[in-house]
Amino acid sequence: MKVNAALVGSGNIGTDLMMKALRSDWVNPVWMVGIDPDSDGLAKARQSGLKTTHAGVDALLDHIETDDVKIAFDATSAYVHPENSRKLEQRGVLVVDLTPAAIGPYCVPPVNLQEHIGRQETNVNMVSCGGQATIPLVAAVSRVQPVKYAEIVATVASKSAGPGTRKNIDEFTRTTANGIERVGGAKQGKAIIILNPAEPPMIMRDTIHCLTEDTPDEAAITGSVREMIGEVQKYVPGYRLKNGPVFDGRRVSIFMEVKGLGDYLPEYAGNLDIMTAAALRTGEMLAEEMINGTLRQAAVNA
Amino acid sequence: MDLTGKTVKLHDMCLRDGMHAKRHQITTEQMVSVASALDDAGIHLIEVTHGDGLGGASINYGFPASTDEDYLQAVVPRMKNAKVSALLLPGIGTVDHLNMARDCGVHTIRVATHCTEADVSEQHISSARQLGLDTVGFLMMAHMVEPQQLLEQGKLMEAYGANCIYCTDSAGYMLPDDVSARIGTLRAGLEKDTEIGFHGHHNLAMGIANSLAAIEAGADRIDGSAAGLGAGAGNTPLEVFNAVLDRMGVKTGVDVFKLMNVAEDVVVPIMDQLIRVDRDSLIMGYAGVYSSFLLHAKRVGEKYRIPSGDILVELGKMKTIGGQEDMIEDVALNMARARRELKVAQ
Repeated sequence: MKVNAALVGSGNIGTDLMMKALRSDWVNPVWMVGIDPDSDGLAKARQSGLKTTHAGVDALLDHIETDDVKIAFDATSAYVHPENSRKLEQRGVLVVDLTPAAIGPYCVPPVNLQEHIGRQETNVNMVSCGGQATIPLVAAVSRVQPVKYAEIVATVASKSAGPGTRKNIDEFTRTTANGIERVGGAKQGKAIIILNPAEPPMIMRDTIHCLTEDTPDEAAITGSVREMIGEVQKYVPGYRLKNGPVFDGRRVSIFMEVKGLGDYLPEYAGNLDIMTAAALRTGEMLAEEMINGTLRQAAVNA
Repeated sequence: MDLTGKTVKLHDMCLRDGMHAKRHQITTEQMVSVASALDDAGIHLIEVTHGDGLGGASINYGFPASTDEDYLQAVVPRMKNAKVSALLLPGIGTVDHLNMARDCGVHTIRVATHCTEADVSEQHISSARQLGLDTVGFLMMAHMVEPQQLLEQGKLMEAYGANCIYCTDSAGYMLPDDVSARIGTLRAGLEKDTEIGFHGHHNLAMGIANSLAAIEAGADRIDGSAAGLGAGAGNTPLEVFNAVLDRMGVKTGVDVFKLMNVAEDVVVPIMDQLIRVDRDSLIMGYAGVYSSFLLHAKRVGEKYRIPSGDILVELGKMKTIGGQEDMIEDVALNMARARRELKVAQ
């Protein structure tokens, strides 16, 4: 048994997520919503047997009951998401938000997926690609000892950053910084994003710097970091430690590379994979809860 | 070259680009003293922020001696004629920082992106314009694209609301013909009332020659810094450039002797090291590497016992761009490992 889901947004993220969702044991993608009739994502969705519309989320609303859509993944933009979410939640659809709008609580699966179980949340936010790639490692340090400040630098290939990401760059830095604090456990967080146009495109790189309050316990932190990397690799196999942890006084630095599966964009776009794989993992958790009956369908008007 | 009768606005970078050369440790008192002296010499526009712009305070780029807010609040009220600008790199700083800078009284916001990524600046440029600020689009590492591509990016920034577009030679890589081609293409393709600017680095000692080429091709604003205090081999030394322009009959409104005195008596004494075309800066200019990497590479090179020049060459090969300072330590770690493995193998 699977739970039917809609993909809202037919850009890079929505399309990559669709390709992963088609392989899921818990989630069954049935709709893709776009706004551009010529979008490549919508064409791919039609080829894969999904119903599609280019008339935005409103066109989906009439089909929610007939197609039994219970989960929607929103990969539009931070500006559009609040209105999409309001409409979908009103119809009883649970929303997994892949934009940096961050209306709902943050979910970074290897750190806090378990905490979301049984909470009856109607909107869960996936922070950002950079957040998914780095917050697990901030948490890996902060679970060993207090982190006063954590900072991440996410560098992605220009080709992997669509127009939504580009318009929302401030939302990316703010939401990621908040996620570093709330989910990563750092007292203060900062996020930096760089788009690099090199050809051939560079594989996503992420650097995580933490300042611990006391002298870092090198052995414990190194062990914790390696264990966390293993957790992330369960859903993003190309999540790889390049260097570190490096210890310099109270600074702990970790240098990561994220290679994707090459589902929609080529392998360099690990930023897509880490986001879509985390979102799918979250959607699957919600689906599992629905199937097990531990989650009532959270319609406001139901 | 005949530039007689032209008018050019000089924009001083000591207190922003110079922050790189000072590991961001210029004090508010030093900022006030340098800015006041520049103001007195007749400089129109003075940039003040962390070297990597508003919000640049970080492990990656370095924590500054004071906050951007403190710097701006200290300098802006002391200016008699000069205006103050602030730099902002989307992805590092946000519109929140921009609003803060406006509240501190800055006149100009310069929104900087890599030369192919102008579309990340829409939020920031349109906000600055709506606030009524002099709004500049600043296209960095401009040697990496052809003039036509630079123009397309400049047009995006112009459409978002920038009233001035810069060709920025962040690596100090360009030669005068490169500058002429880019500035000329911008001048021909942008709106008539959009100003054009050039920001040079002196890594190949081309700061003056390139800035002259820029004026000849139609630039209205030229960046430089007194005594050249800036990243890499520094920016175009402004006191020298101003003297050259004076000889060539270009109007800048800046007093030749007063600016010399600012450079010699106020800026040089606060330098931590001589700003000159040393081997590493020359490598950056020759290989097209972002000038701000210089001191980071020297520090990391010392730590891991890798020649800093080797690190810079590798960063150039990797096509790193402005902001990727985190890759400097990563590269050094890779090189240190490779050298250890080589030793073991021998």
